[in-house]
Amino acid sequence: MDMLLEALFSILTLEGLVTILAGVTAGLFIGALPGLTATMALAVLLPFTFTMSPLQGLMALGAVYMGAIYGGAFTAILINTPGTPSSIATTFDGYPMARQGRAYEALAAATIASVVGGIIGVAFLLLLAPPLARLAVVFGPAEMFWVALLGLTLVASLSSGSLLKGLLGGCIGMLLSTIGVSPIGGETRFIFGIPALQGGIELIVALIGLFVIPELISMAAQGRGALPESGKLQGGAGAAIGRMGRHIFGKPINLIRSCIIGQIIAIIPGAGGNVTSLVAYNEARRFSKDPSSFGKGNVDGVIASESSNNVMVAGSMVPLLTLGIPGAPPDAIILGVLLMHGLRPGLDLFTETGVLTNGFILSMGFAAMFLLPVGLLGGRLIHRVVVKTPFYFLLPSIAMVTILGTYALRNSMTDVFIMLLLGTVGYFLRLIGIQAAPIVLGMILGVIAEKGYVQTMLVAVVDPIPWLRLVANPLSIVLACLVVLSVATTLLPGWLERSGRMAKVDSDEEKTS
Amino acid sequence: MTLATTRWVGSLTLMAALGMPGIAFAEYPEQPITYTIPFDPGGESDVTARFQEPHLEEILGVDVNVNHRPGGGGAVGWSEFQNNAEPTGYEMIGVNIPHIIAQPIMRENAGYETDNWKIVTFFHTTPNALIVPKDSQFETLDDLVKYAKENPQAVTLGGSGTFSANHLGALRLEREAGIDVTYIPFTGTGPLPAAVQGNHVSGIFNYSMLGVQMQDNARVLAVASEERVPALPDVPTFKELGYDIVGGAYRGVAVPKGTPDDIVNTLEEAFAETNKRIAEKQEPLGFVMTDITDGEVDEVIQQLKTAYQPILEEAKANQ
Repeated sequence: MDMLLEALFSILTLEGLVTILAGVTAGLFIGALPGLTATMALAVLLPFTFTMSPLQGLMALGAVYMGAIYGGAFTAILINTPGTPSSIATTFDGYPMARQGRAYEALAAATIASVVGGIIGVAFLLLLAPPLARLAVVFGPAEMFWVALLGLTLVASLSSGSLLKGLLGGCIGMLLSTIGVSPIGGETRFIFGIPALQGGIELIVALIGLFVIPELISMAAQGRGALPESGKLQGGAGAAIGRMGRHIFGKPINLIRSCIIGQIIAIIPGAGGNVTSLVAYNEARRFSKDPSSFGKGNVDGVIASESSNNVMVAGSMVPLLTLGIPGAPPDAIILGVLLMHGLRPGLDLFTETGVLTNGFILSMGFAAMFLLPVGLLGGRLIHRVVVKTPFYFLLPSIAMVTILGTYALRNSMTDVFIMLLLGTVGYFLRLIGIQAAPIVLGMILGVIAEKGYVQTMLVAVVDPIPWLRLVANPLSIVLACLVVLSVATTLLPGWLERSGRMAKVDSDEEKTS
Repeated sequence: MTLATTRWVGSLTLMAALGMPGIAFAEYPEQPITYTIPFDPGGESDVTARFQEPHLEEILGVDVNVNHRPGGGGAVGWSEFQNNAEPTGYEMIGVNIPHIIAQPIMRENAGYETDNWKIVTFFHTTPNALIVPKDSQFETLDDLVKYAKENPQAVTLGGSGTFSANHLGALRLEREAGIDVTYIPFTGTGPLPAAVQGNHVSGIFNYSMLGVQMQDNARVLAVASEERVPALPDVPTFKELGYDIVGGAYRGVAVPKGTPDDIVNTLEEAFAETNKRIAEKQEPLGFVMTDITDGEVDEVIQQLKTAYQPILEEAKANQ
């Protein structure tokens, strides 16, 4: 406790608070730029922390991390482009809300959800790090395989309208994910003799291509901006914030569920923020009384996505600080910084250098709180810019930023070409009803599923029936059952409807809900 | 945002400058130097470059810009560098053994060649280490070898990558000890601690750094260095235990072929001096500092090529 107080005082200095504020702001803007991810934000700003004390450096990086994960929501909501992969799920309902003229409401909901998520993640980290860390190591290859499959069942709920087209999109994504050097085995696949393709299709590149370019093409084709200009706020910004606050805290179950999902997935190594928000979104939809309103501008979708991904910021530090296991890609950089300062993850971090560690953790809580003023102010600013700028200025600007962002990702022109190609193909796919989301989902989860499956099969090489390894322990059985359940709950209603028993199901649902 | 912009503007000016003919080499260096890391930020190569950056800048008196060009286990960055980089001394790239030996052998078209550049120096090595869970039945390397002899393929060893330093280390252990283990590749070092602590594999073949990092949670059975690793004084080497396995990853830096000798020398000295300054920080982490330059570079590459080639050729034939 003394240590915690001491840590608190060590960050509650003018210098400390300014560091956090600057970090959050910088992170927010970098995160909002498509192509510049949280990992990049940390890598770019890392050298600036060298001149700082270890605590101040970590505080700055923690704040940047928090800001960047949140910043992705801005572009997700305003121009249907996830600024970072962890805000993919935010686009599902955020952008429809914006098109309905409720952009600021969506931004306010995302902000409040992010702040709460960020603080809850810090609370988990402070209070429950050791027991939660034990959970991190129980997820082996077989469990990862099932987690990925569970995520893939989301395809069904994303494809409002045609399940077949959703599955087709998912398959396209999984195929795209096989390009390049295979994760296990190291063979090069589908590179057609082009060395640059050995690196595969980077997720962010596909993300930008598939989300932004089709959107830009349709905007240009229809001669409109991203948002209807009439989007006048009902009763002004203050009222929107108040309304969202009441909505979120009035029925906190969605928020609580999303935070818990966020925390659990954050500590699974290799899953990371990309998956947290997708799973939280899927569950929010599943447990909703009105699942069909998701994808059409249901604010609960935004809340689920944004709260869960900000839980991940501090949440993924649980395995990092206790066991040295980075829970998400940006954590690898934080690990590097710790090592650079001679800090070894483990219990010493909480005892010998406890003031430093606790200061770092607490500073992330402050960073989350700073999201509120910075986000609401910045949100208004960006919102106004997007609404007021004529589309003939807005579109080329977005296109320019997109191309620069894609190039900056790996300093690669190849990536820019891939992005433009995928974007063009994505536009036509969208015309025939295959959306970007299932494709990207297939790309993210295809790799995780492949790794999990192949590793499990390798481990099981001496077993008489190798695939039994996939369900060899209780956790993997539970996960496998969840997958089956998830598929069943998506397919059954449709099947019953077709066989003429839908009316009965409806009344049943009313009774249970 | 301004930061990212300045970086772009900076690299644009640099590109423009490099395009200009007739740059005088006499006062090298007089412009910022680009130091490319062909891996993701956060890995060993990146962390090392971050350690080096401020010292290199101080010694050379110009900015050293670390940037990343990851993909294909380094191959994307390397092939681009061999095809595009100018021999002016203002572009250099991190190089790793065994990657640059194994990839051109194993892949149809890795896009680069093992020798098609001038390697300035290998500044450190990270020897392989065999790490098992704390509650493992294997107290010593002999326990593991004995069990593996009785139960072929039953011992599963995780490691980072395929035909990587870790994988080749595991393959050499198989040959030396006459055993058959199952190697499970993971993507990078990140997931390995969890694999050991969760008992998802019998053990892992990874670098000495992870052995140091995991001291409290795991047991290091042996390290593949000539002498014991300073940060792990109680862990025997494979050699001490009777297995002739010395190897791991060598990290260094290369410039394009044809870069003038005096420039290479300047860089060589800068890296040697940098190494001295950062040794105090890197050695406790499990790095073994080296200063392998000129003829020695070829010697090391030849030596390891001889050690790895038959293993790689055999593996390729089996594919």
